[in-house]
Amino acid sequence: MADISMDQVKHVANLARLAITDEEAKMFTKQLSSILEYAEQLNELDTTGVEPMTHVLDLKNVLRKDEPKEWITQEDALKNAPDTKGDYFRVPSILE
Amino acid sequence: MSLFDNSIKELEVKLHNKEVSVTELVDTSYKRIAEVDDQVQAFLTLDEENARNEAKALDNETPDFAKHPLFGMPAGIKDNIVSKALRTTCASQFLRNFDDPLYNATVIEKLNDAKSVKIGKLNMDEFAMGSSNENSSFTPTRNPWNTDYVPGGSSGGSAAAVASGEVFYALGSDTGGSIRQPASFCGVVGLKPTYGRVSRFGLVAFASSFDQIGPITRNVADNARVLEVISGQDKMDATSANVEVPAFTEGLTGDVKGLKIAVPKEYLGEGVSEEVRKSVMDALAVYESLGAQWEEVSLPHTKYAVATYYLLASSEASANLARFDGVRYGVRSENAKDMLDMFKLSRSEGFGDEVKRRIMLGTYALSSGYYDAFYKKAQKVRTLIKQDFDHVFESYDVVIGPTTPTPAFKVGENIDDPLTMYTNDILTIPVNLAGVPAISVPCGMSENGLPYGLQIIGKYFDENTVYRTAHAFEQATDYHTKRPELGGVSK
Repeated sequence: MADISMDQVKHVANLARLAITDEEAKMFTKQLSSILEYAEQLNELDTTGVEPMTHVLDLKNVLRKDEPKEWITQEDALKNAPDTKGDYFRVPSILE
Repeated sequence: MSLFDNSIKELEVKLHNKEVSVTELVDTSYKRIAEVDDQVQAFLTLDEENARNEAKALDNETPDFAKHPLFGMPAGIKDNIVSKALRTTCASQFLRNFDDPLYNATVIEKLNDAKSVKIGKLNMDEFAMGSSNENSSFTPTRNPWNTDYVPGGSSGGSAAAVASGEVFYALGSDTGGSIRQPASFCGVVGLKPTYGRVSRFGLVAFASSFDQIGPITRNVADNARVLEVISGQDKMDATSANVEVPAFTEGLTGDVKGLKIAVPKEYLGEGVSEEVRKSVMDALAVYESLGAQWEEVSLPHTKYAVATYYLLASSEASANLARFDGVRYGVRSENAKDMLDMFKLSRSEGFGDEVKRRIMLGTYALSSGYYDAFYKKAQKVRTLIKQDFDHVFESYDVVIGPTTPTPAFKVGENIDDPLTMYTNDILTIPVNLAGVPAISVPCGMSENGLPYGLQIIGKYFDENTVYRTAHAFEQATDYHTKRPELGGVSK
């Protein structure tokens, strides 16, 4: 099961929004296969009845009141963007 | 004697008595950077004009260390901690133009309140992913003890800057050992606090359930002092814990009589070099002579920690790094024809191979059909690893072992073999999986003149005992007084 195919690597790259070349796909296939094979050692352990751990501390959900307040200005929010127009982030066209 | 041979406490007295000024401290820092940083390459960005202006302003004040515990102390900051109007890159090409962040991380605000002076931002593995600093997309940092060797990662810039005397202390971040491992390789003191002790607000997230900011210093007392400043619950970070922040520096009594030390047999087994193993045994003899007792114990799931960590941390990374899309900040590919192309090309041109590898591993582990087999299984094993520590801490005060299986390795030695690189972290990773605090203090020198560290692991929020144990060892030995002679040669 540990073997990951080159097609799967390309599929995962697409899901992760990464463009990879065939040469990179070959390299990542080899590396990810060996990492996943290593990860398979977890199957040696019987984890029946073990609760999965999502957080190390016994924290309850921490909520604050949902009140509007000024955090950053629109100008600030836009100032590090690679491309803007007026009050908006500009991106390539989505619709033909 | 250089000013860098003084502790923060000693400098406090000198500042009070006007034997030294903040301007002199800042000058000393930049002078040393000018002398050695072309060899060490610890800094990515310097903030010289601001730092000098701050120093001048502080020299017109009467220092009050009770109110401002880091008054005038020059500090270096790992470049994944966001600093207002100061370039923050995470050592990634993706953020090479991120010159003007909008806010300060909470820890930066706390250092500002303590009147410390920021000297600049320190090199690291890209997005904190790595164990050698070779994954910085700008330049690899070198080990000040011998520049043919890595300083460790991912806070390699932070550890190297402190070891080479460029700053009086530095902040790093530790997700799987990224403070302790470079501290070990560079011969300095590095603490990973309990998860939740220090706010993560403004720390660019790699793996949110693991990441913690912590101090890297030349001695334990300085480390405790910096942690006092940066700790505490923060309303901006829902995972920061509502627990009291003790005066860590006041617990440094040197007394470890009756201390119960657990030594996991898994931490001294296969893969640990003979010289490192011997140094740990020597350290335990030091503790015995001070009245502590030690016994061998077992942390039986240690061998599963690396696999567990890389599945979980990569899964969290794949989600956290989704925000880097070329829309709001960072670089954008100029070759994109449509929106999807823009995301993919910007990320591919901006991220290095290690970051891509972990994003893909995480995406795979979280994907339909593999979630239960990899992600959920790893979460369950994480529970078992935490329970190992819980069990040992029912009977012992601290767990002690090596920080790293070997001293630093050569630049380029492991770079093409990610799995070997990952297994170097086997002794630090279990701590992050459990969330407990741990420190690395210098405990030996290899045959070829490279330092390595002793790891002391404590109970949740019991940094006091960790510091007390580390301080007692430091007082009884002289490893922390050794300094690298830069310009190391190949041996």
